[in-house]
Amino acid sequence: MAACGAAYEAAYWAKKHNMKVTLVDKAAMERSGAVAMGLSAINMYLGLKDGKNTVEDYVQYVKNDLMGIARDDLVANIARHVDSSVHLFEKWGLPIWKDEKGNYINEGRWQIMIHGESYKNIVAEAAKRALNELGENGEYFERIFITEPIINNGRCTGAAGFSVREQKFYIFTAKAVIDTMGGAVHIFRPRSVGEGLGRSWYPPFNSGASTYFTLKAGAEMTCQEVRFVPVRFKDAYGPVGAWFLLFKSKATNALGEEYMVTRADELKKWAPYGTTKPIPANLRNYLMFKEIEEGNGPIYMQTAEAIKELAAAFPDKEQYKRKMKELESEAWEDFLDMTISQAFLWASTNVSPEEQPSELAACEPYFISSHSGASGAWVSGPEDLAPSPDYHWGYDNMTTINGLFAAGDASGASSHKFSSGSFTEGRIAGKAAIAFCMDHNAPAEAGNELVQQLKEKILKPIRLFNDFKDYTNDPDVNPHYIKPKMFMFRLQKIMDEYAGGASSGFRTSKPLLEKGMELIQYMKEDAEKLAAGDLHELMRCWENIHRLWQAESHIRTLLFREETRWPGYYFRTDYPEMKEEWKCFANCKYNPETGEWELMKKEIVELT
Amino acid sequence: MISDKCDGCKSLDKTACQYVCPNDLMVLDKQTNKAFNRAVDMCWECYSCVKICPNQAIEIRGYADYMPLGAAVQPLRSTDSILWSVRFRNNNIKRFKFPIRTIPEGTLSPDAGFATHDDDLKSPFLRTEPGSLGTDLYTK
Repeated sequence: MAACGAAYEAAYWAKKHNMKVTLVDKAAMERSGAVAMGLSAINMYLGLKDGKNTVEDYVQYVKNDLMGIARDDLVANIARHVDSSVHLFEKWGLPIWKDEKGNYINEGRWQIMIHGESYKNIVAEAAKRALNELGENGEYFERIFITEPIINNGRCTGAAGFSVREQKFYIFTAKAVIDTMGGAVHIFRPRSVGEGLGRSWYPPFNSGASTYFTLKAGAEMTCQEVRFVPVRFKDAYGPVGAWFLLFKSKATNALGEEYMVTRADELKKWAPYGTTKPIPANLRNYLMFKEIEEGNGPIYMQTAEAIKELAAAFPDKEQYKRKMKELESEAWEDFLDMTISQAFLWASTNVSPEEQPSELAACEPYFISSHSGASGAWVSGPEDLAPSPDYHWGYDNMTTINGLFAAGDASGASSHKFSSGSFTEGRIAGKAAIAFCMDHNAPAEAGNELVQQLKEKILKPIRLFNDFKDYTNDPDVNPHYIKPKMFMFRLQKIMDEYAGGASSGFRTSKPLLEKGMELIQYMKEDAEKLAAGDLHELMRCWENIHRLWQAESHIRTLLFREETRWPGYYFRTDYPEMKEEWKCFANCKYNPETGEWELMKKEIVELT
Repeated sequence: MISDKCDGCKSLDKTACQYVCPNDLMVLDKQTNKAFNRAVDMCWECYSCVKICPNQAIEIRGYADYMPLGAAVQPLRSTDSILWSVRFRNNNIKRFKFPIRTIPEGTLSPDAGFATHDDDLKSPFLRTEPGSLGTDLYTK
């Protein structure tokens, strides 16, 4: 979404200034990224034109959900523009649910319902048309996997990657580069490890490319400890938003007790956030974890009860029947629009949601700053909204590296942007990047020596495979190299067992993290021995190197923050409480020259 | 992949499922001229391949490590709507039809008729604003 937003906006401003815009996609734009399957709701719409909410309201909502840790300026910047994007989506043909007066139907305060099966197709069409308007100055490439930033004299001047379909190595040079390569999945061991390995909540093809790119560029990163653990319908990970917000459904333990009520006292410990509505996502998780710890599972979404209560408002028999039919269709569409597997699971287990409840469970952790996570690059805020020079150093959404911009899951500390906000943030970055290009118009170069180095490095797994594959009969089992799949499993095992994964009850501590870090260092060394039998496997190799770097920055930042602030995302057993001294950002930076990591606190400045 | 239905998209330079899979999983077996998923355990079950297949040759079986056998969820996607057929393990059938777009593919206008406030690259107004916002832009 962020990439489409960036292309849409950049193309417009580029045309006015005779500049060129190139979009590079890992897959086919109409079905790439997190919205590939579709969505059943747009989770960020303020309704500013109707005076429903204010920008400040949104900032407060986001900051409370993240336990006080958010950049007001970045959230406000997205919030003031996001409605414009949603109105454009509607004009571009996205069907949005409306009431009899023609107003959008809200799922919750900030969420609106859509028929979103073709959401990504529609947005991609707009991005492609915008690029087409540039004529030969607008280009897009599909099936190119970007792996490395090109840095010249402290400025990002391009990116290197390769085609996953043909024997081609790519160097893109640019006066400005926008990183919108999504979040990261499969860093922690998933709950399902057989065929269901791929049924992650966030898509398995978002594998940490954004974080790797900005880390390797030497950009400052923020909130690398703030992973997201979604609670979803068990196993197929179907969405719960419509059930909780639209259908007003309740979650209970096996005894039918509503744990958000019976355990309400626990929330006071996490005040002021725990005592403010809506209760932060991580605290809702935390109360559920306590039920499971005490053996009160399974946890249920009481779908039948909710549907009956909604239909009960229609005492007339015919009306009741019609309403039940409507609710049933809405419930199924919610899954069919965005998590078809969940509809499949209902069908394969003969579930009718209007008759019986369905199980809920916490997924494994993901890195997704567009949702209730926050990990990403530390970027400059807009001049008029950024309250301090620490938040503003030039161009909107530029990282601490000149010419390198980040948006969507690639930028941190601006959570709850979701699809519409990510597209919007891409637009913000797109315009700002063109402004940067106008002010820094010297030709961008990669340099022959650097290109050769990158080519050697990126294609190394292919060379390694060819050099040693004949040593054994089975090309997957060879002492000279490691294949990417086992490399991924090794990483997932470390992260799950030492960094507070699902099977460790999301608990960790300094000794565990230090041990995990020791094992990660072996993986850093063995990453040099990743081998690829073909281009698809070369992509898998690099995906897992990206995951490894996301994992390392995560563990380092988990160690740095000596408190527990998001107990339903991870719990530090050695520091079980939230501390005032840690009401700050935990930022980190990798130095590409020396290989050293720097961890630092950054103040939280309120938007006044 | 249903063997009898897949013809390897023989009139195209690559198969439709290869073109669309967001995880680069679909491969064409040159010997049989049939496509297949090379790593089902990396499949998100996003149904992009099912929806785009010109021969409706792709069905999803459901992750075998947690789904009981016997169900089927099959879409038929047209230009403006999608029809879902859901068969339960107990053979109950449900059908749903949802709209997918309100204007034909290929006809959208990027600016959607909204003018942009100014030509200043440093102003906070984005393309189509403030018209597309429907209200004044919030600034400090």
